[in-house]
Amino acid sequence: MAKKTDSKKEPLFHVVKRDDMPAGKAWLIRIAAIVFSFLLVGLLSMAITEKSFGETYEIMFSGVFGRLFEGKTTMLWKYLQEIAILLCLALALTPAFKMKFWNCGAEGQALVGGLASIFCMIQFGSSLSYPVLMVVIVVTSILAGAIWGIIPAVFKALFNTNETLFTLMMNYIATQIIAYYVYIEGGGSNVINPVAYGNFPTVGNNDYFVNIVTVAGITVLMYAYLRFSKQGYEISVVGESQNTARYVGINVKKVIIRTMAISGGLCGVAGMLLVAGKDHSINTNLVGGDGFTAILMSWLGQFNPFIMVVMTAIVIFLRLGVAKVADTALLNHSFSEIIVGIVILILVGCEFFIHYSIKFRQSKKEVKA
Amino acid sequence: MIVQFICRAILLAVPMLYGTTGEIVTEKSGHLNLGIPGVMYVGAISGVVGSFLYENACGNDIANMNGFLAVIIPLLCSIAGSVIMGLIYSFLTVTLHANQNVTGLALTTLGIGLGNFLGASLINITKSELPSIALTKTSSFFTVKLPFADDLGWFGELLFSHDFMTYLAIIIALAVTFVLNRTRVGLNLRSVGESPATADAAGINVIKYRYVATCIGSAIAGLGGIQYVMSYASGVWSNNAFGDRGWMAIALVIFALWKPSAAIAGAFLFGALCNANNYIQGLGTETQELFKMLPYVATIVVLIITSVRKKREHQPPASLGINYFREER
Amino acid sequence: MTKQPAIELKNITKRFGKVVANKNVNLTAYRGEILSVLGENGSGKTTLMNMISGIYFPDEGHIFIDGKEAVITSPKEAFGYKIGMIHQHFKLVDVFSAAENIVLGIENGKYNLKDSAKEIKKISEQYGFDVDPKKKIYTMSVSEKQTVEIIKVLYRGADILILDEPTAVLTPQETEKLFAILRRMRDDGKCIIIITHKLHEVLSLSDRVSVLRKGEYIGTVNTSETSESELTEMMVGKKIDLNIQRDEPKNTEERLTVNSITCVDKTGTVMLDNVSFSVKSGEILGIAGIAGSGQRELLESIAGLQRLEYGDIFYFDPKTGKKESLRDKNPLQIRQMGVRLSFVPEDRLGMGLVGNMDIVDNMMLRSYSKGHSLFLKRNKPKSLAMKIINDLEVVTPSASTPVRRLSGGNVQKVLVGREISSSPTVLMVAYPVRGLDINSSYMIYNLLNQQKAQGVAIIFVGEDLDVLVELCDRIMVIGSGRVTGVVDARTTTKEEIGLLMTKPKDDGKENGNG
Repeated sequence: MAKKTDSKKEPLFHVVKRDDMPAGKAWLIRIAAIVFSFLLVGLLSMAITEKSFGETYEIMFSGVFGRLFEGKTTMLWKYLQEIAILLCLALALTPAFKMKFWNCGAEGQALVGGLASIFCMIQFGSSLSYPVLMVVIVVTSILAGAIWGIIPAVFKALFNTNETLFTLMMNYIATQIIAYYVYIEGGGSNVINPVAYGNFPTVGNNDYFVNIVTVAGITVLMYAYLRFSKQGYEISVVGESQNTARYVGINVKKVIIRTMAISGGLCGVAGMLLVAGKDHSINTNLVGGDGFTAILMSWLGQFNPFIMVVMTAIVIFLRLGVAKVADTALLNHSFSEIIVGIVILILVGCEFFIHYSIKFRQSKKEVKA
Repeated sequence: MIVQFICRAILLAVPMLYGTTGEIVTEKSGHLNLGIPGVMYVGAISGVVGSFLYENACGNDIANMNGFLAVIIPLLCSIAGSVIMGLIYSFLTVTLHANQNVTGLALTTLGIGLGNFLGASLINITKSELPSIALTKTSSFFTVKLPFADDLGWFGELLFSHDFMTYLAIIIALAVTFVLNRTRVGLNLRSVGESPATADAAGINVIKYRYVATCIGSAIAGLGGIQYVMSYASGVWSNNAFGDRGWMAIALVIFALWKPSAAIAGAFLFGALCNANNYIQGLGTETQELFKMLPYVATIVVLIITSVRKKREHQPPASLGINYFREER
Repeated sequence: MTKQPAIELKNITKRFGKVVANKNVNLTAYRGEILSVLGENGSGKTTLMNMISGIYFPDEGHIFIDGKEAVITSPKEAFGYKIGMIHQHFKLVDVFSAAENIVLGIENGKYNLKDSAKEIKKISEQYGFDVDPKKKIYTMSVSEKQTVEIIKVLYRGADILILDEPTAVLTPQETEKLFAILRRMRDDGKCIIIITHKLHEVLSLSDRVSVLRKGEYIGTVNTSETSESELTEMMVGKKIDLNIQRDEPKNTEERLTVNSITCVDKTGTVMLDNVSFSVKSGEILGIAGIAGSGQRELLESIAGLQRLEYGDIFYFDPKTGKKESLRDKNPLQIRQMGVRLSFVPEDRLGMGLVGNMDIVDNMMLRSYSKGHSLFLKRNKPKSLAMKIINDLEVVTPSASTPVRRLSGGNVQKVLVGREISSSPTVLMVAYPVRGLDINSSYMIYNLLNQQKAQGVAIIFVGEDLDVLVELCDRIMVIGSGRVTGVVDARTTTKEEIGLLMTKPKDDGKENGNG
């Protein structure tokens, strides 16, 4: 009797934290989640296009790669370019995140980097020689982004000011500065016409080559920096335990500020790539929310640059592919934002099954009996 | 002139006040919902869809429309939409222990996407020439003024000329203040946000409080979305028009030091700052853009001052942003 | 007088993964008595009590309250059975007032802090507490916080009170006050269970003692019929003569001198008050004291982690014989000065090691910054890791396993191994055998003795007086941040040290003034 009431009241299952799942199995779960979300994306797209699953994916591929098999690479380059920008921002954020510094300011840091680029292009475009101009653009963009990153870092280091909220606010300050600048330069038209000076060179008829190669280089460098450099090691120690950092004599404040200078500086690079390598102009929507998406990419990439390549490739694939699907169905492009949001939420949710396991009491008892 | 300026500032303030009150409720439970911009978007578009359907059901004739239904249908739709967003957020962060920042940002992406997608679809259905959808009939029910407002001159205009959603926003903010500070539920909620382990040990259902706080917070924030469309924009929905009001609401939470009553004044101040340029002589449009920066600068200043002073009562809830897992203690 | 059992545990078993925390534990506590649950660190006392208070749920076994079976799945249900637990780490909301904390979670009745304050006053008067209901927790002293915790439980009408190591953070006077209150509650008919590992407290306070050892229930005895030695035997198994090897110090010379240092923490409390001592090469200086008497601050001051208000610390270089000041230097600067100072801190995974890093990367913590290269060199740390794994018999799947996955003893071996590998001239260890099994503990003692033989000056902060007396050459006792005595470990007794540890703070002041 007692036992019956007993088992009724006991919790059916409880959740246990686990940290011993082998990396292989963890990736199997993540890959399963990706496969699942691709199936879901297919089904959702089918629902709106009223076409078969295969056809839907055909449309998606055509939206991303265009007529690649006919030798037309334009779409492919565009795809790679979009990956490059998102990846660059994600890479920029990674050292900060590894330090457990929530830099939510990639958007703003990239914007001021872009602002520095366009400013140099307009001000010095006609007066400086091309190589000098490019150096000036690179240096000022990095500096601008770095400054935007250092400001919240200094306050974090000195007063432990909440960096999530601080960096978020910095985004909108940057947006308003750009709005101001665009108004001045555009003569009240809210548009700056593309500037002919200080553009990245076209390589082999391809506008985006420089951007893509730059980001590929940054990817490898960032991996090496985090894994093999002393500074990367310091970042890990500070991120894991500030107490340990103090114990071994790491200057925590210095590491916070230095890391945010790198993080912001690289965001500045992303802004420069957008301005000098793509738009040759600027508006407040330059980064278009990628600064936020990059946060998700860095996090889903487990702070590993190479996994981030895969993650960004998937997200951009969905963004372009689903936009094409929406096009075909005469629907708004925002459909792809919804899809990207859903897929990211699935991937975020799947981490639960890696870090926790569910134990059922009932079954255990039955085994015993 | 001044009266007009103040009324305009109030109009700008109300959506933010809803968002801020909602976010305060959520943050008091220890969850930093960066999805609030998305939630407000969904709150707006759900209300728009509701009122669109009702207007169509009445044959787009204002004579057929019942004032009560015209108001309550959008409101309920708005609440339903934003509560679903709140549920997604709480399921991921509370039940699945997902990172709050990441979940919130993904939710904002999703919410803005949903808003723009549904908005564009409605525009498609109406085959409108303009990239917007006008629900002016419903809006007219939202913006009913108190009958005696006009009789009282500037005084009446200042205090009584606003739509009922404005008063509702203030009532909600005051009610939340009361609940937080004067009731047992408020005490429990604050303890969940300060120290979930303590609350748990005291027998408070941390999971339930976090779910409910997030969903109620989302519902309140969502009302800000529909208020914006119906009152501020006179019933006109156009994609992306809502702008960064959601982020401004999050800024205002800090500015108000997690006190809804202070948020009333803060929202008004932010509204005034956003709008000051129109009323200060000799300010060009370019300076207007710089003026819009002021709310954010003010928030950063508050953020810095509170972190320097380290006064305990002015700090964010101690476990803000940290998920709670009982067996982890 | 017939006693009624308030709570009975029958065959309780609880596992965490592969670790069995409690195995077939039986326990009975009666109304109107104080029961001590005695056991060493890690014997499963707290786990057991957490199952009574609803934080954990037992894997097997039954709990009976007043003779009826009870299923307690949450702290709330525990309150329903009138069970209240006062945890070692207080569960209070810092920004709330005392009254707000006390009423937190209570659902019946009107929410009215004024009425609650009256009720709190009443309880305070009944048992002799002294508390201001309006005072915020973050402005309170540890003992005040504990008072709030106890009132919180009483306010809910608890008549089974469980206290987890309540005296660990109290001064002797505060302890006496607490005991008086507990006795009053007992006489009031409440059932009081107190978890402790301090024998003298058990003997002075409780009516009966239940002993746990390594998660198993050993037995229960009446306090009036037992003795310290019997309890010790039950606690540690057969009476062990620790038999730690101890050689005479050789070739001693001045190595480190601490010169009247004073240290203040963030809240302005004096943590170290005018502390002076010196330690010679080739000797082990033990430091004894009640937990939180300034041990941590003392070691951190020497390691360069604490700011000194007054005083200075001098290091005598064995090669040059030069006297160098360590004041206002950080750990990196100290190392760059050529001072080979090693430090095994109390918080192994939170300070000495990085839990999420593997053994190899943890080996580099102290040495990674050497040289001018921008990049890390992992060869040396790797071979060091292999050497430590082999020499100290570290049980680990590989050298690339994150250290947080190792067991406590193995974590400590990794840490001590690394600190010794830099061939220090001064070695500081804080509670190096806490939570370790017997074999690992002896390995640590041997390592320390080897270092001593090589002429290292060792500072050993310990809690187990038996170990201190057998291992060290000299023992310095501190109480409330000041040195209360230095004794010769070969001639002293545990009683002498115990007396010095609990020497009231006022004594020193009066002597100083007079």
